[in-house]
Amino acid sequence: MEKFISHTGTGVPLRRSNVDTDQIIPAVYLKRVTRSGFEDGLFSAWRNDPDFVLNQEAFKGGTVLVAGPDFGTGSSREHAVWALQNYGFKAVISSRFADIFRGNSLKGGLLTVIISQEEVEKLWATIESEPSTAITVDLDSRTVSYGSTTLAFELDDYTRWRLMEGLDDIGLTLAQEASIDAFEATRAPYKPQTLPIRS
Amino acid sequence: MGKTLAEKIWAEHVVRSAEGEPDLLYIDLHLIHEVTSPQAFDGLRLAGRTVRRPDLTIATEDHNVPTLDILKPIADPVSKLQVDTLRKNCAEFGVRLHSLGDVDQGVVHVVGPQLGVTQPGMTIVCGDSHTSTHGAFGAIAFGIGTSEVEHVLATQTLSSRRPKTMAINVNGTLKPGVTAKDIILAIIAKIGTGGGQGYIVEYRGEAIRNLSMEGRMTICNMSIEAGARAGLIAPDEKTFEYIKGKPHAPEDFDAAVAYWKTLFTDSDAKFDAEVEIDGSSLEPFVTWGTNPGQGLPLSAKVPSPSDFTNEVDQVAAKNALEYMGLTAGTPLKEIKIDTVFLGSCTNGRIEDLRAAAAIVEGKKIASSLRMLVVPGSERVRQQAMAEGLDKVFIDAGAEWRNAGCSMCLGMNPDQLAVGERSASTSNRNFEGRQGKGGRTHLVSPQVAAATALRGTLSSPADL
Repeated sequence: MEKFISHTGTGVPLRRSNVDTDQIIPAVYLKRVTRSGFEDGLFSAWRNDPDFVLNQEAFKGGTVLVAGPDFGTGSSREHAVWALQNYGFKAVISSRFADIFRGNSLKGGLLTVIISQEEVEKLWATIESEPSTAITVDLDSRTVSYGSTTLAFELDDYTRWRLMEGLDDIGLTLAQEASIDAFEATRAPYKPQTLPIRS
Repeated sequence: MGKTLAEKIWAEHVVRSAEGEPDLLYIDLHLIHEVTSPQAFDGLRLAGRTVRRPDLTIATEDHNVPTLDILKPIADPVSKLQVDTLRKNCAEFGVRLHSLGDVDQGVVHVVGPQLGVTQPGMTIVCGDSHTSTHGAFGAIAFGIGTSEVEHVLATQTLSSRRPKTMAINVNGTLKPGVTAKDIILAIIAKIGTGGGQGYIVEYRGEAIRNLSMEGRMTICNMSIEAGARAGLIAPDEKTFEYIKGKPHAPEDFDAAVAYWKTLFTDSDAKFDAEVEIDGSSLEPFVTWGTNPGQGLPLSAKVPSPSDFTNEVDQVAAKNALEYMGLTAGTPLKEIKIDTVFLGSCTNGRIEDLRAAAAIVEGKKIASSLRMLVVPGSERVRQQAMAEGLDKVFIDAGAEWRNAGCSMCLGMNPDQLAVGERSASTSNRNFEGRQGKGGRTHLVSPQVAAATALRGTLSSPADL
């Protein structure tokens, strides 16, 4: 995974609440067996609308999505994270994220940043009036800054460290293999197994 | 202080914990399907890793598969590639797979319980948010993304922080005609799509205890629609009875039951949050909007954005009415339906099919609509046919299909057309979920059946 330390880019205001994963990427786009190429399905239902924010010249090239509350509800599809990353987004800012989406994003290196809805509204207003506003999401200091505003956000130390080091979770866990072996040795015999097949 | 059920199960599965780090949690069962696994298997291959416990892993084909002509090659080449990839991966890594045509093929969350591999006290994961279904057996079961699928394949563990716990107490006795689906839709309408965020929900109370295992699965299934990653119900005699005799029921059943009986929330345990619902006041419930929290009793009228107090909800309601093509003030029962979908991991089990069949038996569905009946698994389909339910549906004018996720998410050819309106027993009414431009009203199997007969959203009491 690529290290995430700090990112500066322009914002894209998505003034909608409850943007679910079917809206981020509909199921018909989930048939690929790779992790790339999902950008064509991103917000597919809205992409034909010339007024949709991604179609507006002013917001082309934006890398920080600023969304309404409850972003990423619904399905566990990590394709939603890949679609945002494939399109070029590095961070998503919202007042509230669905749990699975947030987990997926932080595993995959798309930084999801939580700030209050009031601050989201101010950020929307700023980037709508001045789309070229540079937004910096800094993991080292755990802050979002734009213009003269600097906002602190919370992220646990462990996740921050893992993102800043670009560490692979599986590699970290495999270093604990002895603990897994020891745990397995104590499992109750009546716990079910899928093999051998019984009928 | 005592522990909640979720805290007990979690604690029993912690492989390693360290200050400031997520717990390393052991996973008892990993369910796999074709959509969220190919990139995970690819990751294993690239890193030269194996599946640590193929004997705790099971796969089936469900999201993508056709529900007609299932023994012919899949017509959509992209879907075919995904299903073929699953078959190839399972063969290469030694994972048990139930393919199209196999009696245990079907929606992954119907297959686990019917095989008896879903049992109390387990940790169960799958790359699918409706994994919460298995919580009905008193297990911690939740959906994961593809990176985590790879992690579980490689290590049989997950690195995760324990969510907080929430009790949702549904007390009282349900009125006739009110079902598990109505309870969960009412819960989501009350606490909102984010209300359960960060929690494992334990459903408790008389109305929950009185539900069948199928009903409990319906409730736990939609926990994610309230934002909760997992929902569970303490196991009891109904749970033990359901598992008994299933292919993978414990050989030493008594030893297992003795353990299962320890799985309850201690009387002095404290939940981080509690919600009370009066079960006796509930009515058949339907959704009018584009998220599962936008629901009302069937006897109500389509709301107006001005009925909502905060601006976010007002905008959401306005957008929803526009997308759904609805006018505020219209009685919900006057909404005309084009397609009735009976199926999914929420309501595609045998009890759901029986309930709907009892309502349409000897009658004809409205000529203005189509009705798709999609059993949750091939085993459910065969059971239904043994009971003659297929004939009941076919005689009523419905289509009798093969098992799969089907129109719940429209990945296969079963989709709504632009502007088409469904009454669906599935779990999500998101924009475009059942087909681009399609409009979804979530309902119980009973409401689906009554609606099929009348052509407008209806409850059996309206017949």
